[in-house]
Amino acid sequence: MKKILTIIAVSFAFLACSEDNDDNIIPAPSQVNVSFNFTHNWDNTLINSSNLTTEIVTNEHGEEMSMARIRYLVSRLELTHSNGQTYLFDGYKFTDLSDETTYNFTPENNTIPTGTYTLKFIWGFNETDNVDGAYADLNSASWNWPAMLGGGYHFLQFDGMYNVNTTAPAPFNYHNGTARVSTGVFEQNYAIIDLSTEIVISNNAVIEVKMNIAEFFKNPNTWDLNVLDTPLMPNYTAQKMMQENVSTVFSVGTVTQ
Amino acid sequence: MNGFLKYGVLVLFMATVFNCSDNKTDDGDYVSQPTPAPLNIPQIFSENILDPVIPIDNPQTIEGIALGKKLFFDPLLSGNQTQSCADCHSPQNAFTDNTRFSEGIDGIFGNRNSMPLFNLAWNYDEKFFWDGRVFSLEHQALEPVTNPIEMHNTWEVVVDRLTQHPEYPNMFSNAFGNGPITREKVTKAIAQFERTLISANSKFDRYLLGEAQLTPQELNGFNVFMDEERGDCFHCHGNPNNPLWTDNIFHNNGLDATFSDLGLGEVTGDPADNGKFKSPSLRNLAYSAPYMHDGRFNTLEEVINHYSEGLQNSPTIDPLMKKVDEGGVNLSDQDKADLKAFLLALSDPSFINNPDFQN
Repeated sequence: MKKILTIIAVSFAFLACSEDNDDNIIPAPSQVNVSFNFTHNWDNTLINSSNLTTEIVTNEHGEEMSMARIRYLVSRLELTHSNGQTYLFDGYKFTDLSDETTYNFTPENNTIPTGTYTLKFIWGFNETDNVDGAYADLNSASWNWPAMLGGGYHFLQFDGMYNVNTTAPAPFNYHNGTARVSTGVFEQNYAIIDLSTEIVISNNAVIEVKMNIAEFFKNPNTWDLNVLDTPLMPNYTAQKMMQENVSTVFSVGTVTQ
Repeated sequence: MNGFLKYGVLVLFMATVFNCSDNKTDDGDYVSQPTPAPLNIPQIFSENILDPVIPIDNPQTIEGIALGKKLFFDPLLSGNQTQSCADCHSPQNAFTDNTRFSEGIDGIFGNRNSMPLFNLAWNYDEKFFWDGRVFSLEHQALEPVTNPIEMHNTWEVVVDRLTQHPEYPNMFSNAFGNGPITREKVTKAIAQFERTLISANSKFDRYLLGEAQLTPQELNGFNVFMDEERGDCFHCHGNPNNPLWTDNIFHNNGLDATFSDLGLGEVTGDPADNGKFKSPSLRNLAYSAPYMHDGRFNTLEEVINHYSEGLQNSPTIDPLMKKVDEGGVNLSDQDKADLKAFLLALSDPSFINNPDFQN
């Protein structure tokens, strides 16, 4: 038994050495693997699981507010090479800011050629993907959007309190999904996030995608929580304003490779 | 490379040899392996939600479940041998009891309502108790046995009694192989039994499967439940696509302005968690009164009135508790009655009468 263990140990030692040698010999790869790391901030203040519920922020309209819960969905991440070739990644990304293990997204097939790219993705699900009850993991997270509002899934659940510096803080539920025009009539409400920042990929890379939460209250609609706090899910106007405001929420951050 | 292959084959061969010897005891006797008994996952779950959580080191077996059931109903576990798990977790009450607090063997009452037990394998985060203080069902079962205001026993005594028992040693061997009885084996067996406590045959389940019709009142109650402008219950209590009817997450649902029981905050030490308790499932409410973590409400009317008019503000109240300044969502009397009718349609008589779950 001792002998066998020694043999195994020696084998591993050789293997480990030879891998190091390989690293020095192999030229820069032409095919690389990419993954995505979503980070979150309120303007320039980083927001993560440590300070999500303790940070007091001021929105564009001027209300001081606290955040209790932020969960959101993006899908169909796609990199477009400067030569026009597109690489659509499978799967969708469900992020819960209270759980940092959900910040990363590694598509199953994530191999692309080196080169210069731009990134785009869908905010929420598009009409093809937003199928009521179709995804067991999202159902298990109670991420569903009520059938009476068009069904499918939430794109965003952002809960918190505003006017927290007054004697009368009030709750808000900034939830985004399919827009109900009238009873039984619905309008798709996803957004295409098309980021023009050039991403130069020369090796295996982690692409940071930054979410500026403050933008939900800023552009183009300055959000007044005193008027639009809750319920917002059945409110067509509020839903379309959210769809407009999400367009400036995301940007490309650091590319680590 | 050829050399490495050779060693690889050698290692594989050794692993095979070791594996084969698993069935043999030190004395060279062969022991029978327990019989796998995978959970029977209801269609309404398999079609909608993720698979149940079964620990890799405690697979469901016929022998393990039978042992767990016997232990669950056996007062031997308690200090003076008068109280079993089932005393506070009775099948007829969806495995809770009908009192606000439960009485331990020394006549002392706790300060939390006994939790109903069903669909526990679908608690994906595996945080158990009202305050989530224990991870995994196996660890949960360790606590009531030694809790001084519950079964008030020691595990040494339990293991000793089981070891001296005429039937248990054989049952443990059949379930877990030879070797001494341990507290870990006891709670593994109980957890296996508890995972079989599956409830998925309510009138509403059958409605979703196209096998039953709801009354207009139940249908309107369902709409109240799903309507953000009325009940808005679904954000914490599931929906037809999440038929657990709970999120198994911790919320302050506006019961109190100040807290005598910190709940999750006591566990995490984070004041932001004060007053938070796990959302219970809304299945089987017909059998599980009283309600809330402290059993303060005797009827569903009281529960609905709480969310409608009775919310108390506090620094950690969940923002999903709408219109807290008005006491809540202010449902009409008709909507309240309809909501109650819908909630009762989530109860599952076949669960409380399942012969597999009776002593």
